Amino acid sequence: MPGSLINDLGNPVEPFLRSDRMPHIWCPGCGIGTTVNSFARALIESKIDLQSLALVSGIGCTGRVAGYVKLDSFHTTHGRAIPFATGLKLANPKLNVVVYSGDGDLSAIGGNHLIHAARRNIDLKVICVNNLIYAMTGGQTAPTTPDHSITSTNPYGVFEPSFNLPHLVEAAGAVYVARWTTFHVRQLSRSISEAFQKKGFSFIEVISPCPTLYQRRNKLGDGLDAMKYYKEKSKVRHGAPTNEVGLTMTGEIVVGKFVDRDRPDYQTMMRTQYTESLGERFVEQPEMVCDCS
Amino acid sequence: MAKGRVSIVVERCKACGFCVEFCPTKVLALSSAFNSKGYHPPHVVHPEKCSGCDLCGMYCPDFAIYATKVLAGGGDR
Repeated sequence: MPGSLINDLGNPVEPFLRSDRMPHIWCPGCGIGTTVNSFARALIESKIDLQSLALVSGIGCTGRVAGYVKLDSFHTTHGRAIPFATGLKLANPKLNVVVYSGDGDLSAIGGNHLIHAARRNIDLKVICVNNLIYAMTGGQTAPTTPDHSITSTNPYGVFEPSFNLPHLVEAAGAVYVARWTTFHVRQLSRSISEAFQKKGFSFIEVISPCPTLYQRRNKLGDGLDAMKYYKEKSKVRHGAPTNEVGLTMTGEIVVGKFVDRDRPDYQTMMRTQYTESLGERFVEQPEMVCDCS
Repeated sequence: MAKGRVSIVVERCKACGFCVEFCPTKVLALSSAFNSKGYHPPHVVHPEKCSGCDLCGMYCPDFAIYATKVLAGGGDR
């Protein structure tokens, strides 16, 4: 095209990545990179100050996100992303703390922390990439693995009922609960921006393909087939009752924003209680200011 | 004239095919060429159809592709 100037700003998500660590270790067809894309675009759109943002990951495929983003990030021990993030938030209430982890890390070994963070309504944005299996360790049954699927620890089919994560966190007290798949990139990005506007425990579940372990063992094709399945079988139902949004292996996936409510968050409740019982004697700790420039 | 242009970082591509499948105007196809890791990266088959919507960039799990808008008259974005 002679005469026309091309925008050479490069990939808009590049400033959010540690380019020296690319290409990443995620398998071809894995959706975690797509969720990182949506997350980076949500950061661009919501114009969040990156100096006031911290990202915490646990262990697992999704846990690698902390190592690939050029943000203040920490790769915690297995399942302890939420406790670490809680500490960050309590010590520095001005920080926007994002927990970016997988279903195994958040709902299995970190399941206790997940429900208690939701109960306390700590101001965290939790992005849970749900690939329905323990992927990094070799495809064992996770608490989110749907009925009848084949995994390395259940070669004759899973018979345990699985967790319905939106229902779990809603019952525990989260103020914002949404679910999208890696097919819904723009909706996911908008949802993450919305969660940044909320004060309290926000939980966004993202269904993602795992072609290497989940799809292959269950003969569900590759990553692209999973994306086509999401496109075909997902149904947007905002405000759907979360007890009806459980996942099955090949059935319908209900996506959308299920819960958006307001409830005082942990620090507000703490302040109210202490002011009530201690009155004048309650002196709030001065804000921690970190001059990182 | 095309409204957008696709840029591909061939060496990052893992040939998952998301961009080829979900491009709304079907600009891309997987090529028969290899990159150094042995994957077949996409190439642009219909450059004139690109609208610069950057949906390929949003879907790419490997941050290997993005589209930018080209304004008629020589300006950018």
